[in-house]
Amino acid sequence: MGQTHRDRPRSFQEVILRLQAYWGAQGCAVLQPYDMEVGAGTFHPATTLRSLGSKPWAAAYVQPSRRPTDGRYGENPNRLQHYYQYQVLIKPSPPDLQDLYLGSLEAIGIDMGLHDIRFVEDDWESPTLGAWGLGWEVWCDGMEVSQFTYFQQVGGHDCHPVSGELTYGLERLAMYVLGIDHVMEMPFNAPEARIPLRYGDVFRQTEEEYSRWNFDVADTEVLLRHFEEAEAECARILDVPADDPKTGRRIVMAHPAYDQCIKASHIFNLLDARGVISVTERQAYIGRVRALAKLCADAFVQTEAGGAPS
Amino acid sequence: MPDLLLELFSEEIPARMQKRACDDLKARVTDGLVEAGLTYADAAAFATPRRLALAVHGLTAGSPTLREERKGPRVDAPEKALEGFLRSTGLTRDQLEARDDKKGRVWFAVVETPGRPAAQIVAEVVERVIRSFPWPKSMRWGAGSLRWVRPLHSILCILSDESGASVVDLDIDGIRAGDTTRGHRFMAPEPFSVTSFEDYEAKLRRTKVILNAEERADHIWIEAHNAAFAQGLEIVEDKGLLAEVAGLVEWPVVLMGEIGEAFLDLPPEVLQTSMREHQKFFSVRDPKAGQIVKFVTVANRETADDGATILAGNGRVLAARLGDAKFFWENDLRVVRERGLSGMAEGLAAVTFHSKLGSQADRVARITALAREIAPLVGAKPDLAAEAAGIAKADLVSEMVYEFPELQGIMGRYYAQAAGHDDGVPEACEEHYKPLGPGDSVPTAPVSVAVALADKIDMLTGFWVIDEKPTGSKDPYALRRAALGVIRLVLGNDLSLKLGSICESAFLALLQTYFDKGVLLADVPTGQSYKGEDGKPVPQTLTEKMESFDRIYSLPVGSTLFVNTIGTTVELGKAGSGSHVFSLADQRHVKTDLLAFLHDRLKVHLRDEGIRHDVIDAVLAMPGSDDLTLVVKRAEALSAFLKTDDGENLLQGFKRANNILTQAEEQDGVEYSFGPEPKLAEDATEKALFAALDRAEAEIAPAMQTEDFAAAMSAMAGLRAPIDAFFEAVQINTDNQIVRRNRLNLLHRIRATCLEVADLTRISG
Repeated sequence: MGQTHRDRPRSFQEVILRLQAYWGAQGCAVLQPYDMEVGAGTFHPATTLRSLGSKPWAAAYVQPSRRPTDGRYGENPNRLQHYYQYQVLIKPSPPDLQDLYLGSLEAIGIDMGLHDIRFVEDDWESPTLGAWGLGWEVWCDGMEVSQFTYFQQVGGHDCHPVSGELTYGLERLAMYVLGIDHVMEMPFNAPEARIPLRYGDVFRQTEEEYSRWNFDVADTEVLLRHFEEAEAECARILDVPADDPKTGRRIVMAHPAYDQCIKASHIFNLLDARGVISVTERQAYIGRVRALAKLCADAFVQTEAGGAPS
Repeated sequence: MPDLLLELFSEEIPARMQKRACDDLKARVTDGLVEAGLTYADAAAFATPRRLALAVHGLTAGSPTLREERKGPRVDAPEKALEGFLRSTGLTRDQLEARDDKKGRVWFAVVETPGRPAAQIVAEVVERVIRSFPWPKSMRWGAGSLRWVRPLHSILCILSDESGASVVDLDIDGIRAGDTTRGHRFMAPEPFSVTSFEDYEAKLRRTKVILNAEERADHIWIEAHNAAFAQGLEIVEDKGLLAEVAGLVEWPVVLMGEIGEAFLDLPPEVLQTSMREHQKFFSVRDPKAGQIVKFVTVANRETADDGATILAGNGRVLAARLGDAKFFWENDLRVVRERGLSGMAEGLAAVTFHSKLGSQADRVARITALAREIAPLVGAKPDLAAEAAGIAKADLVSEMVYEFPELQGIMGRYYAQAAGHDDGVPEACEEHYKPLGPGDSVPTAPVSVAVALADKIDMLTGFWVIDEKPTGSKDPYALRRAALGVIRLVLGNDLSLKLGSICESAFLALLQTYFDKGVLLADVPTGQSYKGEDGKPVPQTLTEKMESFDRIYSLPVGSTLFVNTIGTTVELGKAGSGSHVFSLADQRHVKTDLLAFLHDRLKVHLRDEGIRHDVIDAVLAMPGSDDLTLVVKRAEALSAFLKTDDGENLLQGFKRANNILTQAEEQDGVEYSFGPEPKLAEDATEKALFAALDRAEAEIAPAMQTEDFAAAMSAMAGLRAPIDAFFEAVQINTDNQIVRRNRLNLLHRIRATCLEVADLTRISG
């Protein structure tokens, strides 16, 4: 017990730092968050695009994620409209990925001798990304602490080789490890720091502000227009001939186009939170974002990073 | 006689797939072995979350050598024929043998297929089975192309006999078969080797794996039961959950924990659903208080603290979940107390039921109208039935049902009570979904029955109108279940309902939905054109269309829409400026098709009850067959009658009369339906038959009127002896044409009389 106690992280940021150190030591490139609003870590091009094509890849990163409909004005102990995911993507998936994953749980202080870890069937599908995979949600003592997925298809393309993807919901996981019941009470930095900050000190006010904006104030006319513009720009970028007259090089602009796809996806989420999308329209919007994701995937596999012969 | 042991060791196999995978593994491997010429004594397959295993006992050591003798061409046949024969047998000429045959000297070949050792056959079969395994969903991993349910890590494949065990030479995409496996992921992860199935099973047990899923389930059930019993409590039985949990653990450890005091007053269904669906916990009930008070979770391991950490963690997760549930429950209660359940139901307008059938609110409006109409027929007060129908779907927009869809109906009952509804209305909110399947109970409370029927008939009529009927194995809206529900509601409550006219009402209610929405209805191309008197197609003017009325037509906005699908012309109102235009099924067929569908389901249902399909057909051909209770009474009476001596003989007599009559009618080109003249009767048996028919007809008509089928059958049975005697004594086709015609007319009368009761022409045998 004494050993375990000393080993336990004591703050939210320590959980993150330990995951960074662990996956870094396992050979992953420790990347930084993508600088756009996304609904989940999967949207980071380091996952969506890099899971395509034949080139090996290993990356780990924190990704701030936004789900406007989950906003609760900072009052709910577990729900947030802005939260953090920790994301690992390794291609091809190594044979010992499950063991590597379990090692990461130990690294953040979960004692395998005392806890009950289970891999429970949970197939993953992202209709907006045209992606699916098989895997599990990982349970620790009955709580879902991660998603574990072997990507089979992304942007309509079969994954060859297959990537293994791990997604940790950081707040929930850290609350569990730290023994905290309300997210806003969780120590963000060390409790003995000169200025100890809790999660609520950092995020309670923003949760409140964004909840109001997401649900009641965001200008839906403007959002609808932005959606259309992002959609048009994405297609336009990919329509531009690959041969660049200025440099004389072949430059397929998969990433700039994909940024527009991300933007459209997030705007859709905002519109959804504003309640202006009907059930039937919902499917149509998802289909439009998926069409963009597919275009971007098609473009990416024509690039060098996407495994096309240069 | 060697034994085969095969283990396919992988990452965690979904619990729901394990049982089926066991069956498939056993069937496919043993079939493959037998096909290749091996035999075996017995086989058994096992699954845990991480492995599929198969033990085949008493396998033959190899396949037998097969000798096949084949006859070839004659010795003097052309060279080409001989060459072909050699190619097909794979032999050379000197291996052939010339023998004397009826046709002269002929070449014979003896083709010998040597037997093969079991190991070789096993390797082939196992590889084939792995590569083509019928997982419901399979995947690739890493850089490979092999497919399995989750990454496959190792294959254990050995043949063992008294002299020891040997590994079968097998390599699938770089996974080489061996004789080693591993125990529990956390408690005994080191690899070990095994020499036989018995050794395998024993070593697994030592390394904290119970191989047999049934044993794991039994262990869980007994431990849970004992833990509860010791505290005067009982486990709420849940076989599905037990099987699932047994598929999630290799080494089950049962732990019982507390539900927080604050949550004990939640409805028991909420506690149970939340624990079962999200946490896979069993509910523990206090039989004295009739309340759920604790939970049982099944861990996959033993720990140094006897599961204290695991239990505490599970308890915290449950508290968070139930905290959410309590929040939803209190919010929902506040809404229904402030605004009533009908206030909550207003939200249904925003929920699409089907793009062509409107919102849930539209559907509720239709069901309400229908329930009101059905109510008096099932002994319910129309106002109560309409009240119940109006709120029965309201819980679909409650927070609780949004979170736990499986609580639909149940929450409706609680919320209806909270909103002050009474007189069977809350129960109808819950029961109107029933019966959900062949095993589910049928509601009997009149208000519930009225709403349940209205719900299902609206659903069936709606999908028939928009032509989305079930086809083959596709039944996405569970319409077969709805049809069976109608049948069981009607039969289970002994209801006499004209389903045809209820379907018509449902159809009209649906048209009202379209009108309220201003939807334009488009004509359906049926390949039929509208012909003028000269037989040439005429341009379809609006007037002409409206006169032909058999279907609904696409009309300009603002014009009046009429429909006469049901025989009367109904003016429905003005078409609005709807944006949706779509086609409907040909309306003339909706009612007939739907009734035929209900009859088909009824046949399936009655066949399960032991009534022959031709008996049902004989009854369905009679008028009034949209009254299912009547149909079943007739079928039962007919079925019983046909099993008697009288019934069987009468059927023969009827068939004889029918055959002779049909033949004569075809031959003469006339119908003998003028009515026979008693005074033309010559023979005594003929006179007696007239008298018997008079008697029978006098009895059958009133018996059918009062639906006393037993009496009608027994009246018909009275015809048996006179018909038999008549055929015995009399020649129908006599030379005297007057007598012949009269006798044929008499046969017609026999047929007509019997057909009053049932269409006996449809009975086989």
